[in-house]
Amino acid sequence: MVSVGVGSIVIVIITSVFIGAVTTVQTAYQLVSGFIPRSAIGSVVAASALLELAPTITSLVLAGKVGSHIASQLGTMRVTEQIDAIEVMGINSVGYLIMPKVIGSILAFPLLISIAAFLIILGGIVAGDWTGQVTIADFTFGARGTFETFQVVFMFTKALTFGFLISSISAYQGFYVRGGALEVGQASTRAVVFSCILVLIADYVLAQLLL
Amino acid sequence: MSIVIKNIGKKFGENTILEDVNYAMEPGKVNMIIGMSGSGKSVLLKCMVGLLSPDEGEVLFDGQNFHQADFQGQRDIRKNIGMLFQASALFDSLTVEENVAFPLKMFTTNPKKEIAERVRFCLDRVNLVNVGHLLPSEISGGMKKRVGIARAIAMQPKYLFCDEPNSGLDPLTASVIDHLIYELTHEYQMTTVVVSHDMNSVTNIGDKIMFLSNKTKAWEGDKNALMHSDNPGLNEFVFVSDFMKQKIN
Repeated sequence: MVSVGVGSIVIVIITSVFIGAVTTVQTAYQLVSGFIPRSAIGSVVAASALLELAPTITSLVLAGKVGSHIASQLGTMRVTEQIDAIEVMGINSVGYLIMPKVIGSILAFPLLISIAAFLIILGGIVAGDWTGQVTIADFTFGARGTFETFQVVFMFTKALTFGFLISSISAYQGFYVRGGALEVGQASTRAVVFSCILVLIADYVLAQLLL
Repeated sequence: MSIVIKNIGKKFGENTILEDVNYAMEPGKVNMIIGMSGSGKSVLLKCMVGLLSPDEGEVLFDGQNFHQADFQGQRDIRKNIGMLFQASALFDSLTVEENVAFPLKMFTTNPKKEIAERVRFCLDRVNLVNVGHLLPSEISGGMKKRVGIARAIAMQPKYLFCDEPNSGLDPLTASVIDHLIYELTHEYQMTTVVVSHDMNSVTNIGDKIMFLSNKTKAWEGDKNALMHSDNPGLNEFVFVSDFMKQKIN
């Protein structure tokens, strides 16, 4: 939980603020018509943050950070016989090593993604105000106007799903490594690639099922 | 405290590693398993401690078939097993003290003070002082092996398994580790199984020796018999160095 959550907070803060800022600037660039109120920028950015940007982009970032960490940690334990040592003692190594990581991720992802959603919107507000594209009042008016509670439910559903997928895929890749340092590196890469692909597939499936 | 292996066979795909291996370990003694690299020594050891399942045969601990026991039965046997791994296998995120305390915390309900005392005793017994707070990455290879031994004996096991205990160590440190294993085996009356291809170790501490060759047991006996064996494969293995040839002459 600490490793996944606290250890990832800085990268989540940095990516979220910039994603929010960029989304605001690019949305403003596309909404050039005088018939569209500037508050629409707030609507688009806030809805995008909750529905897609916070859960999916943050999860892709976390797949790189958390996924590679879990896979390389377990892989190193495997090739240096630390997992064998646990098994010889009669301890269920899957329960002892993998379960806490999966549970920790399932708990930490919603928290991180909530922070990400908040910071994306905040980054959007700040960027909109600084660049003069949209005032704070217009942005928040637009964001609140189209807000639905279901968007938050959808975000948390994605967060739980992605947290489970990334941690379990990465743990599997690391736990069953055979070989040495080279194979640990390869497992770490596979963990990130497979996690990203599965997150994107699950993203589509959830959108299709729930929206 | 007896360990008996019967008709052990193990294949990886089409590759047969072990075939019909039978052997009874001498209780309370150091039992060495020797053989060329790739002869299946480590595979046999892993079959004995349950890290691998043999395709055929059985491993009996005091008459109890390990591989046919249920999870709880295997766990009960494993509580009596201590193992020293080739690369020590210390948990690199834990300090030396925490590594030794690990099995005690997992399997006992002893109070912290008692666990700390046992940890201190085990570390003292392997001649390690003032390193308890260090991480495994901060100590030498020989010290890691000694911590590995301390962790292995923490639960006062009946059986001690050692996989190449002195590989990668200088001759002096290797000798220290060998003698530590020998002393502890006789002090605590453990049945110790050591896999090695180091003839120094074999002649120094081996009470009973099994030679693995061509996928099966090719010879067994004590170290005196080892020096005067007429088994050509064993002689080729034992007397490969001039030093060993001189030792016999």
